[in-house]
Amino acid sequence: MKSFDYVRASGIADAQDTAGRIIAGGTNLIDLMKHQIETPPKLVDVTRLEMTEIEQSAHSLRIGALVTNSDLAAHDTVRRDYPVLSRALLAGASGQLRNKATTGGNLLQRTRCPYFYDTTQPCNKRAPGSGCPAKEGINRILAVLGTSPNCIATHPSDMAVAMRALDARVEIESPNRGTEMLTLDEMYVLPGDDPSKETVLEAGDLITAVHLPQPPKGKQTYRKVRDRSSYAFALVSVAGIVDVEDGKITEAALAFGGLAPRPWRDGAVEDVLVGEAPSDALFDKAADVLLQDAQGFGENDFKIPLARRTLKAVLAELTGVTQ
Amino acid sequence: MTEHLKMDQVQPHLLDETGQGVLSVPMPRPEGPLKVTGRAPYAAEYKAEGMATGVMVRAAITKGTYAVDTASVEDMPGYLGVFTDKMVRNAAQGTMGTNPAQMGDKILYLGQPIAVVVAETFEQARDIAAVLKVDYTEDDDAVCDFDGVSDWPDSDKPDQGDLDQAMSDATFTVDSMYTTKPHNSAAMEPHAALAEWDGDKLTLHGSLQMLGYNRDEVADSLGIDAKNVRLLAPYVGGGFGSKLGMSPDCVGAAVAAKALGRPVRVVLSRNNVFEMIVLRTATRQRLRLAADKDGKLLGLGQENWQSNLPDEPMAEPVDLATHFLYGGENRRYGQHVAILNRPASGSVRAPGEAVGMLALENAMDELAEKSGIDPIELRLRNIPEKHPETGVQYSARSLAEALTEGAKAFGWDKRQKAGTRREGEWYIGMGVASAARTNILMESRANVTLNPDGTALVQTDMTDIGTGTYAILGQIAAEMLGLDPQKVTVELGDTDLPKSSGSGGSWGAASAGSSVFLGAKAIRRKLAERLGCDVEALRLQDGVATGGNNRRPLAELMDAPITEEGHIEPGQTDEDFHQAGYGAHFAEVAVNAVTGEVRVRRMLAAMAAGRILNHQTATSQVWGGQIWGIGTALTEAIEHDPRTGHVVNNDLAEYHVPVNLDVGDLEVMFIDERDDASSPIQAKGIGELGLSGAGAAVTNAIYNACGVRVYDYPATPDRIFPHLP
Repeated sequence: MKSFDYVRASGIADAQDTAGRIIAGGTNLIDLMKHQIETPPKLVDVTRLEMTEIEQSAHSLRIGALVTNSDLAAHDTVRRDYPVLSRALLAGASGQLRNKATTGGNLLQRTRCPYFYDTTQPCNKRAPGSGCPAKEGINRILAVLGTSPNCIATHPSDMAVAMRALDARVEIESPNRGTEMLTLDEMYVLPGDDPSKETVLEAGDLITAVHLPQPPKGKQTYRKVRDRSSYAFALVSVAGIVDVEDGKITEAALAFGGLAPRPWRDGAVEDVLVGEAPSDALFDKAADVLLQDAQGFGENDFKIPLARRTLKAVLAELTGVTQ
Repeated sequence: MTEHLKMDQVQPHLLDETGQGVLSVPMPRPEGPLKVTGRAPYAAEYKAEGMATGVMVRAAITKGTYAVDTASVEDMPGYLGVFTDKMVRNAAQGTMGTNPAQMGDKILYLGQPIAVVVAETFEQARDIAAVLKVDYTEDDDAVCDFDGVSDWPDSDKPDQGDLDQAMSDATFTVDSMYTTKPHNSAAMEPHAALAEWDGDKLTLHGSLQMLGYNRDEVADSLGIDAKNVRLLAPYVGGGFGSKLGMSPDCVGAAVAAKALGRPVRVVLSRNNVFEMIVLRTATRQRLRLAADKDGKLLGLGQENWQSNLPDEPMAEPVDLATHFLYGGENRRYGQHVAILNRPASGSVRAPGEAVGMLALENAMDELAEKSGIDPIELRLRNIPEKHPETGVQYSARSLAEALTEGAKAFGWDKRQKAGTRREGEWYIGMGVASAARTNILMESRANVTLNPDGTALVQTDMTDIGTGTYAILGQIAAEMLGLDPQKVTVELGDTDLPKSSGSGGSWGAASAGSSVFLGAKAIRRKLAERLGCDVEALRLQDGVATGGNNRRPLAELMDAPITEEGHIEPGQTDEDFHQAGYGAHFAEVAVNAVTGEVRVRRMLAAMAAGRILNHQTATSQVWGGQIWGIGTALTEAIEHDPRTGHVVNNDLAEYHVPVNLDVGDLEVMFIDERDDASSPIQAKGIGELGLSGAGAAVTNAIYNACGVRVYDYPATPDRIFPHLP
């Protein structure tokens, strides 16, 4: 590990240090530093800041950026009103990691693409311009949607997938832009020409909270398909919230993990469903829309049919249709 | 005095005559509390005065030559040196006793150790290793993948009879190709070495399984006399074959310590372990079965393709159990080992059976399906009377009992036709597989000392790699000497102690156990003399000797400790009998109809391995085998990049050993057995037997659940769901 400075932030202003890299739980950053994938000259420890509360108001739930994944999953309101989030959190990582990992840090964790982690290998995300060996290599766990010729990494978070379905907004304190509220689609950027840039955040920006709007109507679930039953990243995951009234789908929110460089949500998929009576054929249509631009890279081709099967099973579960 | 026994003839059951009653019964490990409270130090936990820390540098290219640019790091904080001298290419193979390949400036795989960087602290050493400039000259003729092999070497295994003819004569045939991915031993403790020199004498704390051989390997690698090497490994955090041979950290630490004149510790990172330590080769296997209308085998064949680095004296013995498990006149084997630029292949738990039994037992399941014969009945019909290739008689072989008693205990009669049992989204099924593991007795020595105060001491350079050696050696001595096992101290893991078999090949318990038995037997003879009775009449119990109408406490028979060495050697019984452990594995699985995810609900293992020395540690060994079977069947796979050969998933986040949630209820039952030919304690190896066939029971259960045959391991969801409706 390269030598670095360490400072403990005692206020938001301390944390907005453009020369520093923010650390909270450190469950990902410390690994990255051990491998010298990231070599920040300075770490700014924000864990003493007052960002540990979950506050409920009439219109939203404000989750402090330092709330741990374990605490958030176990929170009564989350369990009652946002079960998709609770389930997603508990589907992620291990108990030990969830105890340490924070809400803000979880959003900003880096990909688990194995080529990103091996410094003997090219990687456009780690070393821009060096190439992407994953495309023709071992890519079983990598993305089929939202990729670019430069990068096919997936975003590893489960929590963020549920938050995307819940229309969460991320509260950011920026030294230049002041307080901002971004949706996850606004915060995450797709790899495009520069896969090293994963969010719109700039040096000094601090995630202070995540806001969930009022609980959605309908049923919620999170389904994660993985290679072993715990401590494995999603091959495919689906966060689903669907409301059915008088035999028709009135609201639908669907977000996907394991498929793309960010938690994936496609309004066109939901448009197919809303206003229609749930049926196996309708679910197939929704899957067609979701996957029309999906592109596999060999080993991960299976994710495309697996996403279809998983989406259809989630929709069947949420609408009560027997498959 | 040395009590020597060459195992030339079957031995009486002395351990059934002794009366202490502390053998075979469940007994927790005496060192357990030390381990769970952190007081059992592992290699990396030792510190030495003035110790420096080394970190291995891995090759960043697949094939070529290299030169390190020491000047690039000399000014870095804490820098002490960069050493490339005597660097070994990979860990030694088990029982090699000589140096592994030392390549000079040549690189044959990405991740090969090319230097050790030493600094004052670990963090400094790791930083220096990360930025050290290495000049590479790359060759462009590396071959990294099976598909790139143009000429597979021929096999030299002889045929028996005519398998092609048998296949055409047969009523039922199976001819299937299987593939298995490479496996990592994934021992919890990474390899580590602390080297200290005193003049010409090297003392090295290591994480090693077979100290006697390892000492020779260290000495040969360094070019010094083995007499000048002392190895210490009293506690080892799992081995599974990965610590059979000396690992590169030992040489790195010793070379650096010598050059710097101070102790040096080198701990392999988990990534290093995946590259510098031997892994199990990938295999391709063609399995053929030819059976008559009654399911009786007319012939069988198993041909395999695998890889290694050049000059490695080890090939995965894929067909090891196939030679003796089932009958059939016509038999064909083939083994083709290609040279690939990947990390070295070597022993990983149950070499041969771990992957060979997947193919054999899957094929037997397919044959059962085709012939309409119950899988257990099919196996029973094919148990041969004599070894089908050598004609040698078998020693104790309770395969039939394991199959039938296991089936009863498991509820096999509730198994339904494939694809007919469903609970909600889950298909449910049951599978069975035979287990077989060749039994090996190795030369082994131990000192046993009985003290007048009724305590005893057992000393041998044997290791306890988490297997229960401390427990069983203490139990054997206690049973033989009539003592509470708590009165027996066991000292292990020091090459200054008598040379043992080491831990490997599941031979440790019977081999080291026999040496302790023999040492204690010699003490019994002395006590009988002093008591004035025939040794046959001697009874030792709770510190009191009885015999020939005499009854005296040990203290009255002894005024000084009695020390005897026990020395066991394999002998003629190895030729006169074919010895193996046998068993049967049963699994019940659920397969998700949507995603193809598999959950193992429960497993049962019925095991027959001669005398069970400690039911608790033996059960733990079999649990380990069952869990490993789940991993082999469902999750474990090293991925090599086909272009560079490097291990892509070189950590425990992406190399998926089963987690608790993957493991359903595990049940273990032992078939009561004595194997008279195996050893004077009538015990056989149990550890690897627990794995043999376990994975096949899982995949056979997958077929019974959902009708999908697994040919390519592991059976991750993508290998299952495309075949589901």
